[in-house]
Amino acid sequence: MMRAPLIQRSAMPGLGLSAGITLSMLSLVVLLPVGALLWQGAEFGAANIWDTLNRDRVWAALWLSFRLSFLAAMFNLVFGVLLAWVLVRYSFPGRRLLDAAVDLPFALPTAVAGIALTALYAPNGVLGSLAADAGWKIAYTQWGIFLALVFVGLPFVTRTVQPVIDEIDAEIEEASASLGASRLYTLRNVILPMLAPAALTGFALALARAVGEYGSVIFIAGNIPLRTEIAPLLIVIQLEEYNYGGAAAIGLAMLLISFLMLLVINLIQIWSRRRIGHV
Amino acid sequence: MSDATLHRPAATRPSFRRPTDEAPALRAALILVAVGGLALLVAAPLAAVFAEALAQGWAASIASLGNPDARSAIRLTLLITGIAVPLNAAFGIAAAWLITKFDFRGKAFLITLIDLPFSVSPVVAGLCIVLLFGANSALGGWLVAHGLPVVFAIPGIVLATVFVTFPFVARELIPVMIEQGRAEEEAALTLGASGWRTFRTVTLPNIRWALLYGTLLCTARAMGEFGAVAVVSGKIRGQTATMPITIEMLYNEYLSVAAFSMAALLCGLALITLTLKTVLELRHADSLSANRRH
Amino acid sequence: MTRPFNISALALALLAFAPAAHAQSLLNVSYDPTRELYRDVNQAFIAHWTAQGNPTPQIETSHAGSGAQARSVIDGLNAQVVTLALASDIDRIAAAGKLPADWQALLPHNSSPYTSTIVFLVREGNPKGLKDWGDLLQDGVEVVTPNPKTSGGARWNYLAAWAWAEKNGRDPKAFVADLFTHVPVLDTGARGATTTFAQRGIGDVLLAWENEAYLALAELGEDQFDIVVPSVSVLAEPPVALVEANIADDAQRKLATAYLDYLYTPEAQALAFKHYYRAWDASAADPADVARFPKLDLVTIGDLGGWAKVQPEHFGDGGIFDQIHVAK
Repeated sequence: MMRAPLIQRSAMPGLGLSAGITLSMLSLVVLLPVGALLWQGAEFGAANIWDTLNRDRVWAALWLSFRLSFLAAMFNLVFGVLLAWVLVRYSFPGRRLLDAAVDLPFALPTAVAGIALTALYAPNGVLGSLAADAGWKIAYTQWGIFLALVFVGLPFVTRTVQPVIDEIDAEIEEASASLGASRLYTLRNVILPMLAPAALTGFALALARAVGEYGSVIFIAGNIPLRTEIAPLLIVIQLEEYNYGGAAAIGLAMLLISFLMLLVINLIQIWSRRRIGHV
Repeated sequence: MSDATLHRPAATRPSFRRPTDEAPALRAALILVAVGGLALLVAAPLAAVFAEALAQGWAASIASLGNPDARSAIRLTLLITGIAVPLNAAFGIAAAWLITKFDFRGKAFLITLIDLPFSVSPVVAGLCIVLLFGANSALGGWLVAHGLPVVFAIPGIVLATVFVTFPFVARELIPVMIEQGRAEEEAALTLGASGWRTFRTVTLPNIRWALLYGTLLCTARAMGEFGAVAVVSGKIRGQTATMPITIEMLYNEYLSVAAFSMAALLCGLALITLTLKTVLELRHADSLSANRRH
Repeated sequence: MTRPFNISALALALLAFAPAAHAQSLLNVSYDPTRELYRDVNQAFIAHWTAQGNPTPQIETSHAGSGAQARSVIDGLNAQVVTLALASDIDRIAAAGKLPADWQALLPHNSSPYTSTIVFLVREGNPKGLKDWGDLLQDGVEVVTPNPKTSGGARWNYLAAWAWAEKNGRDPKAFVADLFTHVPVLDTGARGATTTFAQRGIGDVLLAWENEAYLALAELGEDQFDIVVPSVSVLAEPPVALVEANIADDAQRKLATAYLDYLYTPEAQALAFKHYYRAWDASAADPADVARFPKLDLVTIGDLGGWAKVQPEHFGDGGIFDQIHVAK
């Protein structure tokens, strides 16, 4: 089989312009700064990077950050698709208000979000005291971190899925119904696959965002080493030591793991699209 | 039969359930979960912010926003957002066009590079910019010597803001443009339309809602960003302190009314853009349903 | 025709404006708890400076964690004056070549115009009866302190506990290790810890700067908390320095030097007392402001070996503070 050319010929115009804008912005905003981080890591040396990473505390923090980010993104995936569906398809009083509220987690500076969430879910807070009566501690435990990560990632899935639901042709659903499919069957086997690429995109973004989140989490986490200490805090700690190399080492480790996770998600998307024959 | 009935008030809806509607019980349950979840996750923290802001009454809250430092912070945040969001939108459209209209190898890799800024902790994002443009780097030293400081000045704050919002518009557009395919554009081109005309009259109407969502998200996040901006701002009151940084400073000074008033204002600004979206939606409701009908 | 003229006029105005603004402005990069102090000091200094026939200067201040501020100055933040929490942070700026290595000898009292110490903030009536460091290890006592790895103030908390253990024949390492098992929440900064203790109701005692404790009392309610002064604490000396490399010209040098010297005048010292700092010269201070500081046994950083030794040994990567957490 012949290897595909780097760029397949296309009748579409604007290749040069769109590639030019994309690549120059990407270089200036992302590649150069991240390159500076890589350079810092390279200067620090592989042996030092390994020494920085290979400690119980660092592994515990990385495991905590990635595990809770994954769980929070899963929660956001399910809740986000549901929310998008409700917001686009149903009309009920307060729908627009609800729609407006979805973006607020972005507008609220992370520190304010952290303070507000802690105030609510601390043992003496309005919701935290209710939970405490049930023997459930939220703030200053891993539940608190989970909550903060759900908060910061909330808009992603909803906002990526919403426009896709907007675009679904009613005919497809009608066709499915007229062929005798039940509503649930249509939802599961017709609608959901159409939403999957957008939902997966939102999931990936929510996951990536949660992994790096610092501002809101430190207020509610408790920050106890080995138990509620998140990986970004370890970077800040290294910086306090003026240890830019150590900070770069942990930063790069997180970057690498996130990059691989995102790459896998994006590959799955492109691969599944080819199989279905959408491209 | 058109989909537009979905948005009509209940009174005009036929009493039998159409095959493309969910059972009423399921519908009610879904709405309940959505409302309940948002109430616990978003409305409750927001209420807490407003409660703190208004703890000493409206007058104190509004007065705190009137002092020169607060006004300067509001101006700075609007300026930064005004620069960062259009940059982002232009990039997003270009990247989405490149990715969805052409076939090339390494597409997943390119998309992942666009996502990359999200997986970088804001603290590290700020660090990256300082490493690249700080006084101790070759590039930063050269720029400072030529009177163009980046770090601890407005360009650095813009750069940090663009960095943390980088994927928003592109990621919003890509799924929609994939869903729509290339047939419409190809038809327009075959009929002799120029590239720009095809983009303006065929692509743009199809992606405008996604573009709007992406821009809104980007705006909200650009105004609210703290972590990365804190590293590159220098936090000079009245000069490089954005709204989120001013909020942190006020909170640390035990001025919680002033701090939370400004946080409430930030939420208010986000709501203005959302109101704008609602207005646009209402005005274009016809074209929206027409779009679905075709 | 007019456009090029306007642009060049604008450029000219900018050029003319920039150096003028430079000579008469000063940026003081400081740490978190000094906001209220420097707001008053700046006002008083401007009055003092203009009274001598000088034009009104523009004094800017910037506040954040001491270490983060030092890093910003190293990375190019154009501060002419730094007023930080720890001498080790200014040492770092000196190591980057921005000021002379012997900076601490250039001004009186180790370049520290005011000092503070670490005290306990307890709940009203001191229900757990906490009087001294040893009491903090009782079963069921929860201690709130910021994280010594991220907060300068928390390093003093830790060192005060260490000093007490040394003076009372306890193994200091075992003592601080035990102490930190009583900590339910490690906030990253002093203000965060105060909020956790005062507003979230976590813990029985907050280890805090004396000035922060008084401020919290004043801001959050005198009837809710009491200050307890332990038998031994540390003499925290927050130092100030002129950043040689960021001085633009002689006029600015004169202004910056006058600003730092002003901190030692009786008027500025009185302001420091007013903001709950232990200053040196009480001659112009309100006697009530001075009288509220109880006498206690204060250990200096010199007694503990100096920052150059203490910083890496205790708080460095893999230092004693890291060890006590891994050992658990």
